Amino acid sequence: MSLFELVRVAFDALRVNMLRSFLTMLGIVIGVGAVIAMVTVGAGAHAEVDRQIQSLGSNLLSIRSGSRWFGGARTAAGSTQSLTVEDARALKAEIPEILAAAPTNRGSAQVVVGNLNWSTTIYGIDADYLVARNWVLSQGREFEPSEYRNGAKVALLGSTVVNELFGAGNVVGQQIRVKNVPFTVVGALKGKGQSVGPWDQDDTIMVPFKTAQGRLLGKSKHRSDSVRDIYVSVRDPRAMDFVQEEIAEVLRQRHRIGPNQQDTFSIRNMTEMVEARAEANQIFNMLLAAVASVSLVVGGIGIMNIMLVSVTERTREIGLRMAVGAKERDIMLQFLVEAVTLCLLGGLIGIVVALTVTVGVAEIAGWPVLVEWPIIFIAVAFSAAIGIFFGFYPARKAAAKDPIEALRSE
Amino acid sequence: MAFLRCHDVHKEYIVGTETVRALDGVSVTIDRGEFVSVMGPSGSGKSTFMNLIGCLDRPSSGTIELDGESVSDLTSEALAGVRNQKIGFVFQQFNLLGRTTALDNVALPLLYGGVEGSERARRAGEALARVGLDDRAQHLPSQLSGGQQQRVAIARALVNSPDMLLADEPTGALDTATGTEIMNLFQALNGAGLTVIVVTHEAEVADYARRILRFRDGIITADTMDEVQDVAV
Repeated sequence: MSLFELVRVAFDALRVNMLRSFLTMLGIVIGVGAVIAMVTVGAGAHAEVDRQIQSLGSNLLSIRSGSRWFGGARTAAGSTQSLTVEDARALKAEIPEILAAAPTNRGSAQVVVGNLNWSTTIYGIDADYLVARNWVLSQGREFEPSEYRNGAKVALLGSTVVNELFGAGNVVGQQIRVKNVPFTVVGALKGKGQSVGPWDQDDTIMVPFKTAQGRLLGKSKHRSDSVRDIYVSVRDPRAMDFVQEEIAEVLRQRHRIGPNQQDTFSIRNMTEMVEARAEANQIFNMLLAAVASVSLVVGGIGIMNIMLVSVTERTREIGLRMAVGAKERDIMLQFLVEAVTLCLLGGLIGIVVALTVTVGVAEIAGWPVLVEWPIIFIAVAFSAAIGIFFGFYPARKAAAKDPIEALRSE
Repeated sequence: MAFLRCHDVHKEYIVGTETVRALDGVSVTIDRGEFVSVMGPSGSGKSTFMNLIGCLDRPSSGTIELDGESVSDLTSEALAGVRNQKIGFVFQQFNLLGRTTALDNVALPLLYGGVEGSERARRAGEALARVGLDDRAQHLPSQLSGGQQQRVAIARALVNSPDMLLADEPTGALDTATGTEIMNLFQALNGAGLTVIVVTHEAEVADYARRILRFRDGIITADTMDEVQDVAV
């Protein structure tokens, strides 16, 4: 018999007990569905994590002055020395793996345009900042070197600020007032979209570092060149740990921190933080995979069970087929193909269900839908394999029947 | 010319610790074109005899030759091929596939004989026409009467142009009138040259045959030719 005929015979047999066939498939549907949904949702989530890492800035380290990052009691009072602009320059000069080292200060301020106002975060930046954090301009230009040098009253607006104060349209050349100081907008930043943390990265205004120190964030208790954060972009992601150690060494030297003294700065690997969250997702995924594989095994056992019932029910049919010339191999193939058809159908339904669920989840979470075609083919092949594995014993049992006994059975 | 030749055929079954001698030395020769009835009480060995000459089973000892070829020690795969090509079975309970049309039921042996799809439909249609049911090709068995179902089963037995038709109580599930119809059909087929062997316990059915084999306790006790019947035909 040709494969086409075998499949047709299998479909005929499955149609006889439509509800039973469907219920039997359900285990495979759930198993395959869970696997596909897991992988596809996982791929979407992974792409989202990548996008977030990208939006932070590639290979980004952040150095913060003052306290230790992770709590703990502060000792060595009085030895604290803030980071400075010179620290940033020294890092870049002394560690060749560093692509950009951007000293920044930030504070919040009210921004006024006409009769509109908006409270946002002001960043005092230097030329390295846009590089380190992967900011791209959507309109206008970056600050000129002279503007950095002279502390010019110029500003770059984040996309949220543009929306709140100007709506759509060109903002280059517009005047804004920050803490009553008039600024000229020279450019706007391309939005980074959904943020990593609770804050909106696009809700920001950037001004030259010197301008921010002098006019907006100036604090009498600090030196005029003290900075809150230094963002460091590393050329090679593999050098992240090494560069982190180098930075600590350089800064401890510059700040004259002895071997037994606590650091007055902390270094965070931003990429690692996002990846840590992705790892939590990974654990969830593995849990789902375990559930899926259990479901597949249970589904396979269900198929074996129903195939055994079917073989017993159709003993007479088997006897007749043998009497008219079916060889043992023909009977074996018939039931094997039936089991595989059952599993494949279940697998296909599972794929459809999973893709539907995935599109829904991606819609809600705002992730991209990434259909992993290889996993779909693997799922189909795996369903077939389950059919063969769990269908083999019932099929062999059918083929081993004695035609005389089989014909005599009720 | 001898078509079926059995020589000292024995068949033993082991039931529990006891050995049952279902056939205890049967020798018989049946020629091509004969119409033979096999009679005997239950347990006489007539069913075992049918199973052996139908190539559904192998004898414990002795030889069976079909068409000059020994089938006593063929593999089960080879026996399936012999059944498919040389023998047509008709059963008491028809044994049609319930969800399958009359045409596809008739075509079933062709499926296992490796005949192509369109050729299968053509030959199955021809076989249905031979039993007068070509207008019922697309009916399901449940839509046919008992006599029609048995005729579909006969068409299935004929579709591969076998050398021998083996019928096991073919009228057992039918009323007398329909039974007569079926036996007339067998007679017509026999008249066209087909070897027909019918197992029955009804004398009226057996009377259609020109030769009657009577079984008892695993041996043939009588082998009679019906000369009157011969004259009548």
